[in-house]
Amino acid sequence: MTAPLMLPLATDIGNPTVNFVIFGLFVVATLAIVFRASRNNKTAADFYAGGRSFTGPQNGIAISGDYLSAASFLGIAGAIALNGYDGFLYSIGFLVAWLVALLLVAELLRNTGRFTMADVLSFRLKQRPVRMAAAISTLGVCFFYLLAQMAGAGGLVALLLGVSGRTGQSLVIAVVGILMITYVLVGGMKGTTWVQIVKAVLLVIGAGIMTIWVLAKYTFNLSSLLGAAVDNSPAAGEKLLSPGLQYGATGITKLDFVSLALALVLGTAGLPHVLMRFYTVPDSKEARRSVSWAIWIIGIFYLFTLVLGYGAAAIVGPDAIKAAPGKANSAAPLLAFELGGEVLLGVISAVAFATILAVVAGLTITASTSFAHDIYGQIIKKGQISGDGEVRVARYTAVVIGIVAIIGGIFANGQNIAFLVALAFAVAASANLPTILYSLFWRRFNTRGALWSIYGGLSSTIILIIFSPVVSGKVDAKTGKSLSMITDTSIDFHWFPLDNPGIVSIPLAFLLGWLGTVTSKEQVDVDRFAEMEVRSLTGAGAEKAVQH
Amino acid sequence: MSDMRDRELTTYRDVQLSPDFSELRRRFRRFVFPMTALFLVWYFVYVLLADYAHGFMSTKVAGNITVALLFGLGQFVSTFAITMIYVRWADRRIDPDAEKLRHQIEGEPQ
Repeated sequence: MTAPLMLPLATDIGNPTVNFVIFGLFVVATLAIVFRASRNNKTAADFYAGGRSFTGPQNGIAISGDYLSAASFLGIAGAIALNGYDGFLYSIGFLVAWLVALLLVAELLRNTGRFTMADVLSFRLKQRPVRMAAAISTLGVCFFYLLAQMAGAGGLVALLLGVSGRTGQSLVIAVVGILMITYVLVGGMKGTTWVQIVKAVLLVIGAGIMTIWVLAKYTFNLSSLLGAAVDNSPAAGEKLLSPGLQYGATGITKLDFVSLALALVLGTAGLPHVLMRFYTVPDSKEARRSVSWAIWIIGIFYLFTLVLGYGAAAIVGPDAIKAAPGKANSAAPLLAFELGGEVLLGVISAVAFATILAVVAGLTITASTSFAHDIYGQIIKKGQISGDGEVRVARYTAVVIGIVAIIGGIFANGQNIAFLVALAFAVAASANLPTILYSLFWRRFNTRGALWSIYGGLSSTIILIIFSPVVSGKVDAKTGKSLSMITDTSIDFHWFPLDNPGIVSIPLAFLLGWLGTVTSKEQVDVDRFAEMEVRSLTGAGAEKAVQH
Repeated sequence: MSDMRDRELTTYRDVQLSPDFSELRRRFRRFVFPMTALFLVWYFVYVLLADYAHGFMSTKVAGNITVALLFGLGQFVSTFAITMIYVRWADRRIDPDAEKLRHQIEGEPQ
């Protein structure tokens, strides 16, 4: 298009003071909202489920806020900028996945459960073993996802706020953790939901402004934007516009992509922090409206990232993106700087940072609810505990999780652990979704089937990841550098060829659920099954909204 | 009529075996199962084409717009369409009957 842009390193662009001020405003505003929301935090239903009093649209926006992590904003825009169409494939999987939640899961789950995924899974099976398995899987998914977000925060800060020293980054991770603990402790689900809503609105508006800006530069002609992206990417060229740049290299990478696609499309409806959001609305009709709103917002947002990704390729250029500290993640911020200077960069940086904060808060409340309600309240105390007692435990748990996340985040900062997000989706699709579907729709399903499916799905996913190239033995053919988590290229213990285990672990978990069921002599509890089926479809006996 | 039925439907088991509930469940499943199959098949056809039919997918339709781009945008369109269709359908065809059954079970005035 033009001569290569002479871009300085991203740490030199923008004005950290502007970024800090804008981000500080977000923190102050959300803290004020959280303290306001906390005045009505009385019962367990308030703390865990925001009193079940959010409307469908509010919850739909909050779901988008929970779902659109920094990985989807910065990650997908960057992937499109560098790998073109293959980046777009991610967002399509992330979006289509919501139809599973809409058609098969959201409403039925809202009608049968109280606070957690385990409520539904253990409804008609043997309480304690199934609840334990579901809680372990919930905590596992939350932990992987949380660690990925916290570690990402360090890198993002380097990029956005110009904090490049190891100590400075650790400090920022600690601040993120402390803010997250505060949101959850003070605001509970209600406060956390409002943080998600504020963040989602900012994120969509920010991305929307940039999208229109980019399109305006090309007289709203998508074809000429694509042409400019191709012209500015001599290495990729025309390949930017069709699939295969990242995944088309060999038969293994193609299979890997099918595996990833499977985990993406089936994982969303098994993510515990997404499932828990369906309890924050009064009934199944509002749960349906939530998902409908979420699908529209998430879909439109991913269309924005398509324009932003190609826009970054066209306006910033792949070389400048690759040279920046955050590599692909810096595509959207660099584009913001090219378009609107340091103010727009500051806004986008603050939004990206707010994104991490909101997502970790959502994960923390999910994990602490699962621990307090499932493990402490129902398994250790066998349900003989007041709601207040449970909530107190949930608050302690949130502090512990926050501290673990801070330490884990500092430790993992700079590590190559982007695969943890894909791992969380793979675990959700293998360990959670089969049991959710079986227990809702298959009359004969029983305890052994659930345990085999959950533990089998969870362990096969983790084992396959450990022995996959993402942990050891993946070497960049050109530079000879390690692309694995273990960066020492002499250590190589991988035997599973794919990065994504879904293509094995998901069918395996469905198979184990069936096999466990048919080999068990356990009688179906016909009365509990009748109650579950009738409640799930009619909403009779469903938990009501809290009246204040 | 309604009083009679309230007394008949005393347990969830009775409701589950009642013709009204069977009809509601049948209607729900006959919509969501085929719809799920449809969007999953369409999604995987798309994924497999993107993965294994690079030549076809990189065909240019107009300007720089490729077949792949149209298929990808088609996934957005179908997702939005299925969402709208399902929400409209469930509001009309599931909610009224589900609510009727719920009132019978919970014994609230209708």
